[in-house]
Amino acid sequence: MKTNMKSRLFSSDSRLSDLITAHPSLLSLLTRLGLSLGFGDRSIADVCDASGVDTDFFLLICNVYTFNNYVPSTAAILGTDMTGLVPYLEKSHRYYVDKRLPHIERHLDAIACQLQGRIGQVFISFFKQYKQEVETHFSHEEQDVFPHIQALMGGRRDTTYSIGEFLHTHSDIEGKLDDLLNIVFKYLPPQVDDDDVLDVVYDILRLSEDLKKHTFIEEKIMVPLVKHLENAIMP
Amino acid sequence: MKQRVLIVEPSELIVAGLKAILDGQVRFKVLEPEATADNLSERLVASRPDILLINPTLTGSVSRLRGQYPMAVVALVYQYVERDVIKDYDAVVDIRDSRAGIIETLAQASPGDSGAGRSNYELTKRETAVLVQLAQGKTNKEIADALNVSVHTVISHRKNITHKTGIKSVAGLTVYAMLNGLIDENNLL
Repeated sequence: MKTNMKSRLFSSDSRLSDLITAHPSLLSLLTRLGLSLGFGDRSIADVCDASGVDTDFFLLICNVYTFNNYVPSTAAILGTDMTGLVPYLEKSHRYYVDKRLPHIERHLDAIACQLQGRIGQVFISFFKQYKQEVETHFSHEEQDVFPHIQALMGGRRDTTYSIGEFLHTHSDIEGKLDDLLNIVFKYLPPQVDDDDVLDVVYDILRLSEDLKKHTFIEEKIMVPLVKHLENAIMP
Repeated sequence: MKQRVLIVEPSELIVAGLKAILDGQVRFKVLEPEATADNLSERLVASRPDILLINPTLTGSVSRLRGQYPMAVVALVYQYVERDVIKDYDAVVDIRDSRAGIIETLAQASPGDSGAGRSNYELTKRETAVLVQLAQGKTNKEIADALNVSVHTVISHRKNITHKTGIKSVAGLTVYAMLNGLIDENNLL
């Protein structure tokens, strides 16, 4: 399985456009990884170099997003320049909170208007509550976890925080999206416009997939990296 | 009605063996197998299996799979596996089981044998009663007292509700209850 896997992974001399044509969903990753569109026919390495993005780090994230059974080895993680990791995770948080969730909320508002009485309000408040949970989840990471990592990467260990706590408390943020998906495509009354439902179903599915990969990157890449740094740097 | 079986297993040899055993059975229809669990959620919705026979190394949470599509989930193992790994599965097929043993295990795991009929995902009266109380913010203990059953029974009803609706959170079930007219706004907290 492993050698087979390796031969399928992307390499730095492929054209970036070929990568995107084969896996269009990676398009939404580019901005978060610090690349802009308009890259023409240049190779992945060229485009990354021009934007100051580490090519190996870029490929690592793209490979994880594309291949479900690819788990990078600790050696691969430690052998890659990971300075881009925290900025990437932060940008992803902003992408979810500032772009995807409001986008879904607008669709849900349109659906709620078609529901009678207070049902619409209950429906929307379910989503608002979820959005709040996601924001709380992210801000915990931004306030406690990310500064800890940045300090470790700078060779310092000045907080009492340890990544062991992270795994212990890392909660599931996709579960309620699955609930929402079930409600939206199975249980809305027929008077709700099908087009509105379809639009939001695709958006929820895409976000749910993206969040699963995000969690995977935190648990399978960030955590092993931080554990290694914590062991190397005593407080 | 034939039970639709979806096999998710990387070994072609084992898939071929299982097909040979099950294809001869009138009560099973073996769907096009999958070698990996990639894109399994779409596959479940598209092929509507009654029984998912899956190698536990390919998947994490069983309840997550059930949440995506209501079906029996059976583990397919090659050897002794830690109890923890298989505790959430409805049954376990070991490849060393006899032909009759494998058929028996799958027949018992299939939802069609529970007596309720395979397409019956309607909530029962009891489940509906539990759902209504849940939506009103009651705890398992309070629901148990109100319905005069054990907390264990309440938990079992809750599992069935989630299995049937695909909705896990209390907040989500509250929306479900309202959309289905099981509670009205005056019943909410």
